[in-house]
Amino acid sequence: MEFTLITGRSIEQGCTKEHAKITDKYMASVTLCEMHPEDMKRLNLKDGDNIKIMTDVGSVVVKVRRSRRIRDQGIIFIPFGPWVNAILPSETGGTGMPPLKGFRVRVEPTSEPVLSLKDLIVKSYGDKG
Amino acid sequence: MQTIYGVVCPFCGCCCDDIEIIVEDNQIYDVRNACSLGASKFMEYHRNRNTRPLIRRDGKLVETSLDEAIERAADILAGASYPLLYGWSNTSCEAVRVGLEIAEEVGGIIDNTTTVCHGPSILAIQEVGLPACTLGQIRHRADLIIYWGSNPWSAHPRHIERYTALAEGRFQRAAWKRYLSKLILETARKKRYRAASLAFKSEVAERLLKEEEEERWFLPPPEERKLVVVDVRKTRSADLADIFIKVRPNEDYEVLQALRALIRDEDLDVDEVAGVPVEDLEKLADLMVNARFGILFFGLGLTMSEGRSRNIEAAIKLTRDLNKYTKFLIMPMRGHFNVTGANVVFTWQTGYPYAVDFSHGYPRYNPGETSAVDVLYRGDVDATLVIASDPVSSFPRKAVENLVRRPLIVIDPCLSSTALMADVVIPSAFVGIEAEGTTYRMDHVPLPLKKVVEPPPGVLPDEEILRRILHRVRERKGKAS
Repeated sequence: MEFTLITGRSIEQGCTKEHAKITDKYMASVTLCEMHPEDMKRLNLKDGDNIKIMTDVGSVVVKVRRSRRIRDQGIIFIPFGPWVNAILPSETGGTGMPPLKGFRVRVEPTSEPVLSLKDLIVKSYGDKG
Repeated sequence: MQTIYGVVCPFCGCCCDDIEIIVEDNQIYDVRNACSLGASKFMEYHRNRNTRPLIRRDGKLVETSLDEAIERAADILAGASYPLLYGWSNTSCEAVRVGLEIAEEVGGIIDNTTTVCHGPSILAIQEVGLPACTLGQIRHRADLIIYWGSNPWSAHPRHIERYTALAEGRFQRAAWKRYLSKLILETARKKRYRAASLAFKSEVAERLLKEEEEERWFLPPPEERKLVVVDVRKTRSADLADIFIKVRPNEDYEVLQALRALIRDEDLDVDEVAGVPVEDLEKLADLMVNARFGILFFGLGLTMSEGRSRNIEAAIKLTRDLNKYTKFLIMPMRGHFNVTGANVVFTWQTGYPYAVDFSHGYPRYNPGETSAVDVLYRGDVDATLVIASDPVSSFPRKAVENLVRRPLIVIDPCLSSTALMADVVIPSAFVGIEAEGTTYRMDHVPLPLKKVVEPPPGVLPDEEILRRILHRVRERKGKAS
C-alpha cells in the first residue's frame, strides 16, 4: 500500500538525539511509525507490529502505532533518524536539500525484526571493521 | 553546592538564557527552568560519553593518544585534494572560525547543518530579503502568531512560553488561562470517548471522536493574542492553537499563494486549496490583515517539502504583501543552538552563509553544487571532517555511502553513528557545559555560553582541537609559524 511519508521531530527523539544515540531509548523513539487507525485496519496491523517501508533507495523495518494526530489516511510519520534516512533519496534538485518530507513510499506488514543501530549501519553502509 | 545563574542552554535555537545549574564536585545535580530537551542534555550529557581518542587499525577502532589522532587527522586533511568539513552548528563561533581557516588551508569545502535544515530559507532570503526582528519584540508586541510547518512543542519547547502566545509581554497578555480552559475541555472529551468506547457504545464514541477531529476555530476577543498553527498533521503545538489549519503534504506553496491573492482582495475560483476550504483561508487572511503586529514562524515543513526555497519565497512575499496593511514579520525556527552563529561566522569570514568551496583558492558558493549532500552524492570529496554533527543519522543513504567510503575524521563528545564509521575519532568537550564560547540565538542575538563543569581529563574544547589540527596541517604544507 502506498503512503506519503512525513519525517519530523518528536520530543522523545529530541531528548536523546545529541548525547544518547547509541541507546535503546533513542532507537525506540526513531523507529516508531505513526499511522492513521483506518490504514492500520486495512493493513491488518496492531500497535507495536513491524512494518517494512520501501522506496527505490531501499527498505527499512520499523514499529507501527496508530495516531489520531494523523488526520488523513495515506500519510505516515516517522521521527528523523538513521532508520528513515536510509530509504530517502539524495538528489537535491539544485537546492542542496534532499526531499526529506512528503515522499511516496510503499508499506507492508512484516515479521522481519527492527535492526539495531549497528546492524542498520552495517547493512546499509557495510562493515568498516 | 553552587548555583550558577543565567546559563545559556546549548540545545535548540531558542538559546534560553535563564537556566540555573546546581553543581557540586564538578557534577551537575539539578537544572532549573530548562525544557525537557535542555534538561536531558544537562543531566545526561556524561552518559554514553567517549573520552578516549580512537583510530582505525586493521579495520577496528582502537584507543590511541590525542597527539597521534591529531597527526592522523592532519595527514588525512593535508593529503586530500577535495576534503569536506561538515557540521559546525553544535559548537561555538570561535571553533567555526578556526574551521574556516582549515578549509581555506586545505582547499576544501566547508558546510554547516543549514544545508539540510534552513538552506532553502537562506536561498529565498537572498532572493527577496527578510522582514525580521528580535524575539523580544515579538514577546512584547505580537498579537497574531503563526507557526507554519513547525512544531515548537517538540523541537523548541519553550518558544511559545518565552517568546509568543504564553509569554507575558509589555503590551500583550499571556494566553495561559485560555489554553488551560481549552485543555480541560479537550481532556474531558477524551475521557468521555474512552468511557463510551469501553461501554461499547460505538455510536457515542464515534460522535465524540468526530467532534475531536473537527477543526473548530476558537477565536479570542480581537484585543487578545491569537495562535495559529498550519501543518500536515495535528501536532501537540496544534493542540494549543486557537486555529489549526491542516494542509495536504507538499501543497504549502499553493496555500501561501492563495493567501496572497486573498489579501489583495482577489477571488479564488475554487472551493478548497490543498484541502483547506477557501472560507477558512478568507478568515485567516482577515485575521492577518487586521493584526496589529503579526509574526510567521516557519519550520522544516516548508523547507523540506516540495517547492523548498520557493515555499519560503512565497511565505516571505506574503509577509511583504501584509506590510502594506499592517506590521507583519517572518522568522525561521532554527534547530541547533548555534546554527545561526555558524551562518554568521561563515558570512563574516567568506561572504557566504554555508556550502563554501575553497578549492579555487577563494570562496565560492553554489548550493546544489557545493553543498554537503551534493558533493557526497556525486562522490566528489576524498576525505571528510565531521564536527558537532552526525550526518550518518541525518543524511540520506547515497550521500552516507560515499561519506563512509572515504577517510573520515569525527570530533564529537559522544560516540555517534558517524563516529562508529570513522577512521579517527577525537573526543571533545560539550560546548555550553564543559567549554565556553559564543552562540547566536535564532533571531541573531549573540549570547555567551558558560562552562559549568570541567571536561574529563585530556578532553579539549573543539576550538583547541581544531587549532592543533590547523597547526599540523600548516606544518605539512610548509607554512607553520
